[in-house]
Amino acid sequence: MTDFLMPSLGADMERGTLVEWRIRAGDAVKRGDVVALVETEKGLIEIEIWMDGTVESLLVSEGATVPVGAVLATIRGSEAAAALPGAAAAPPVVERPPAPPLPPVAGPAPRAPAVLAPSAHPAAGAEPRRRVSPAARKRALDLGVDLAAVTGTGEGGAVTSADVERAAAARREAAPAVPAPADRQAAMRRAIAAAMARSKREIPHYYLGTHVDMTAALAWLAAENQRRPVTERLLYSVLLLRAVALAAREVPEMNGFWGNDVFRAATGVHVGVAISLRQGGLVAPAIHDVDQKPLDQLMREMLDLVQRARTGVLRSSEVSDATITVTNLGEQGVELVWGVIYPPQVALVGFGKVIERPWASAGALGVRPVIAATLAGDHRASDGHRGGRFLAIIDRLLQEPEKL
Amino acid sequence: MGTVTTTYREAIRAALRDALQRDPRVFLMGEDVGRYGGCFAVSKGLLQEFGPERIRDTPLSESAFVGAGIGAALGGMRPVVEIMTVNFSLLALDQIVNNAATILHMSGGQFSIPLVIRMTTGAGRQLAAQHSHSLEGWYAHIPGIKVLTPATLEDARGMLWTALQDPDPVLIFEHGSLYNMGGELPDDAGAVDIATASVRRPGRDVSLITYGGTLWKTLQAAAELASDGIEAEVLDLRTLRPLDTGAITASVSRTRRAVVIDEGWRSGSISAEIMARIIEQVFYELDAPVARVCSAEVPMPYAKHLEDAALPQVGTIVATARQVVRGHD
Repeated sequence: MTDFLMPSLGADMERGTLVEWRIRAGDAVKRGDVVALVETEKGLIEIEIWMDGTVESLLVSEGATVPVGAVLATIRGSEAAAALPGAAAAPPVVERPPAPPLPPVAGPAPRAPAVLAPSAHPAAGAEPRRRVSPAARKRALDLGVDLAAVTGTGEGGAVTSADVERAAAARREAAPAVPAPADRQAAMRRAIAAAMARSKREIPHYYLGTHVDMTAALAWLAAENQRRPVTERLLYSVLLLRAVALAAREVPEMNGFWGNDVFRAATGVHVGVAISLRQGGLVAPAIHDVDQKPLDQLMREMLDLVQRARTGVLRSSEVSDATITVTNLGEQGVELVWGVIYPPQVALVGFGKVIERPWASAGALGVRPVIAATLAGDHRASDGHRGGRFLAIIDRLLQEPEKL
Repeated sequence: MGTVTTTYREAIRAALRDALQRDPRVFLMGEDVGRYGGCFAVSKGLLQEFGPERIRDTPLSESAFVGAGIGAALGGMRPVVEIMTVNFSLLALDQIVNNAATILHMSGGQFSIPLVIRMTTGAGRQLAAQHSHSLEGWYAHIPGIKVLTPATLEDARGMLWTALQDPDPVLIFEHGSLYNMGGELPDDAGAVDIATASVRRPGRDVSLITYGGTLWKTLQAAAELASDGIEAEVLDLRTLRPLDTGAITASVSRTRRAVVIDEGWRSGSISAEIMARIIEQVFYELDAPVARVCSAEVPMPYAKHLEDAALPQVGTIVATARQVVRGHD
């Protein structure tokens, strides 16, 4: 049996309101199914499940607000998969018998093999050092749990990593539930404020910029669109998206996450697309596997995403999976974007407006459509040299649009 | 594809026959391997099939015939030398450790010794202290040789050929209690790798790390633990030198707990080496002290009840694993 947890849909999310269940006890579910609708600061999100199985019971009723990590339902699985990739593993559901009281340090427990018996006798009068397993110490550091407050269930009352996880879950449960924000815009503003403040506080940004000649790309696009019915025409922003994804594959330091003092490269390239909302605020949901998909499909998915971000509902995987983000402010007449990275990602690519500029090439001066591409990079994960290479690859790819 | 019903003994014989047929440089040499058919009947019938040139009975002198094997290997042959039990291999220790393991290095890489030595190891058959010890861990101490411990029919059938392809000396330890073990083997069973450990039963609560004769006791212990709600992972090391440290640390990182089960004595042993590597490499993954189940530190007794008491048994493995997982057994 596996616990299905309230997922974390971004570093800034602390709780969510279960608006609607899409499953009932006894239903069969499969990986990728939308099982619930949850209200967060980012709006309504469709929550997907990450395992195959049968719904055992629903533990949270519609309308309830619960913290991230709370158990929403139990699933009898056909695989013992975690409820969500990246979420902390659920504490084991097995009831363990209460640990026996710490034996007096003077003598080993009668039936324990000699090798496991307490071997050190603390100096008379000194407090014996608390027994905490190495794994539990590491986990407590990761989760910020105070070991003094954790009840140990291991050998001789030792604290194990599972004990630390239980304590962390209990702390989240105990967090006072704030009243659901009356004003969702204000809540979204607070969420953006928290994420961006964290970004500027923690991420040592470096910034690089370059100008890209868009003549070839726009000419190819015009010719291509002439052959297409109006409904299937491509926008140049989809070329930019694709170029970023392919470049990210070549420079993996741009594509992934920073956490616990290490960079972890992501396995797929899921590009977050910054979308401003009409009522104010911003979301950056991901298009998955951009490096694997043809332009037609990307175009459809991008339009669908923008549509759903503005009017409808996003899915949990879209909200939480982005490995790198692209922001395109050209529509607003902006020439240059110096962006703020969305943690725990490590790079944000900005594009400005396509402008006709005097452009010197091969000793001659001409007028060319030019776009400014900028990179905000996390200096913990990469250096300017790699960032420069990344921008150069984007430039190179845009010179051969037929290959995108 | 079908399967055949066979035994550990027959699987080794099939491996020997296969090697003798495939490579004319291969021959078998040892005490009673010819006319008597081998002390454990492994080579029964091979003399009739391959003749006295290739199935050679030797005098009772381990040092001489292991030395002859080294010479033959230097001369371009692919000898398989059988030593009756690991206890007797001590008579050939000088040849194995001072010659076979060192000549490649001492000749500046000019001469390798493609020699395979098979021997029986382990207790459980009331053969007392001069025929029952498990000294494979000692050999695993020596750079320059490889130490294999087949525990399954597949490995009994498949390790010999791979060992013969190795340019350096390989020692194969056959646990005496396994020769009669029966089971099914695919028709086309053949060579297997000799570089990796293998998870024989997956589990999430504790890693039971073992090899050779204690694999089957450990699997039985894992089944008992499962009925008690403890999912034990059983890792069969298969090769003691070089140790597949990556498989050990990967398993322990998943389960956060480990018990090493080794029929050898605990002091200065391969089980101590395994524990040391766990502590060196995955200390911060551990949720409990690493534990061991080894043989009692006495010469192996003859009396049945004393021998049983001296050896790792299913009950001790279960109790130790429970202690490690729950803090009490």
